[in-house]
Amino acid sequence: MSTAALPMAARAGRARLRRRLRKIAFALSVAAVASKKILVFFWMLSLSLKNEIDNLAYPPVFIPDPPTLRNFVQVFAENSMGLYFWNSIVVSGFATLIALAVGIPAGYGIARAQAHKLTVLVLIARMTPALSYLIPLFMVFQFLGLNNTLTALVITHLVITVPIVVYIMAGHFETLPKELEEACQIDGGSVWTSFRYVALPLARPGIVVGTILAFIFSWNNFVFGAVLAGRATRTLPAAVYNVLTFEQLAWGPLAAAALVVTVPVLLLTIVIQKEIVVGLTHGGVKA
Amino acid sequence: MTTAAAAQPGFLARRHRSYYLFIVPALVVVGAVIIFPWLFTAWMSAFDWKIGTAAHFVGFDNYTGLATNQRFLESIVHTFYFTALAVVVPLILGLVAALIFHREFPFRGVLRGVFTMPMMATPVAVALVWTMMFHPQQGVLNYLLSIVGLPPSLWVYSPTWVIPSLVLVEIWHWTPLVMLIVLGGLAALPTEPYESARLDGASEWQLFRYITLPLVAPFLVVAAVIRTIDALKAFDTIYVISQGGPGTASETINIYLYLQAFAFYNVGNASAVVVVFFVIILALALLLLYVRQRAKWTG
Repeated sequence: MSTAALPMAARAGRARLRRRLRKIAFALSVAAVASKKILVFFWMLSLSLKNEIDNLAYPPVFIPDPPTLRNFVQVFAENSMGLYFWNSIVVSGFATLIALAVGIPAGYGIARAQAHKLTVLVLIARMTPALSYLIPLFMVFQFLGLNNTLTALVITHLVITVPIVVYIMAGHFETLPKELEEACQIDGGSVWTSFRYVALPLARPGIVVGTILAFIFSWNNFVFGAVLAGRATRTLPAAVYNVLTFEQLAWGPLAAAALVVTVPVLLLTIVIQKEIVVGLTHGGVKA
Repeated sequence: MTTAAAAQPGFLARRHRSYYLFIVPALVVVGAVIIFPWLFTAWMSAFDWKIGTAAHFVGFDNYTGLATNQRFLESIVHTFYFTALAVVVPLILGLVAALIFHREFPFRGVLRGVFTMPMMATPVAVALVWTMMFHPQQGVLNYLLSIVGLPPSLWVYSPTWVIPSLVLVEIWHWTPLVMLIVLGGLAALPTEPYESARLDGASEWQLFRYITLPLVAPFLVVAAVIRTIDALKAFDTIYVISQGGPGTASETINIYLYLQAFAFYNVGNASAVVVVFFVIILALALLLLYVRQRAKWTG
């Protein structure tokens, strides 16, 4: 008994060690996978909170000491970040609202009329490079004297927001049971009544996802604003690139501006964690 | 319900027609901002047209000109090089990450959230931070290289390394999407084949190679389609970080197109580039979708 116990204990110890080593290796691989993601965000934050001397120091200073908010104050006070932030909210907001107004009924119609061929349009729209919309629309806006206006930007951003809302809503209405609407229609309700009072309230979760995705994609768009906007009508991404880089701004304010652009998007992302994949793969998965 | 529909002939058809009415407003908008630009682009591509001057009809001259345009042909090569790297590397890394995150471990939810943050981050903001990180003298990347004992790199300032460096940004941005798509596939895997294979003494590698990989293959193809379309269309990060430089070393079709249209205002020629570009994207996407049809679809 005692002679057998020793090797058994040793073997158990070795197995435990191996298991622990494997756990450490696994933890290291998790760290390796996640660290690169963190580095870029950490560096953005670090640059934005340091003064210019520390930002240009070599070897680099990683932890701001003492942290300063001067960079943020500067981009808002001297580079009119407030105005560009507002432009972005107006453009993405209106483009999203219009997309919801036409996209929710369209998604419903496609789902109920079984008109799935129309979603092929979404697929092709997704594949078309954004610049192919920009050149013709630029010419039309020039003809109409709309270049450099927020109206032109809102119209162009519909290219982004309408397909995604239609796609999300068609998919969502598809999952709702038809029976309730049919009961409503048998009771004498019109197609419109059954949409307005039965289907629409049930579709609220889908509407939330569609709204947030459309808003984020529109918010992140750079090239439309870069080409169509004037100095005072730029959206945030275009402003951060044009105004701040061409004025040879220091790294601190540039990182602060980048952070201001990205934070609203990251906050919205948290709300729809699970539906992001559906949004980003639209037009590629269901064809 | 079916009996009610049958009792009233034409009821179903009439209902279908009113459902189509719901689609009309969206079709009007799509017609104005999506379909009209397509047609207008195709029409413009037949003209020698600079903004501010009169347009001359030239037929297919813009297209034949592109066929012998050295700079445009080089931009196609750059685009394919960039796309190949920006599809294959995220697919491999995303698969590895998915296998890791498929297991249970402490803080998995939080780490997964962190890992997926880059996908939605504004590309321009991300590109600006990378620009600062790539800086050869003060950039943090060369400092990190020096810590592990590697020589500094010129990153995006080197004609050789500019495209791989840009791909690095692309990998950072889009590996999480591949991971999430593959995770969706892993979640749907049956457990029985694993149990019987383990009883037969299969190794972990064999389990992966002969059970996991074939079952997630359709999801990898989906990820490949999405990645290919997005990588071909990549614009923001390339434009912000390198503007197609140094020289024209990282000038992709999209960058060339942008310069033709909005630096030289050569809209006729740019429209021809759009048409050719679209055909390339469509051809590659159809090729991948064909592969997907051939692959076994378990979903």
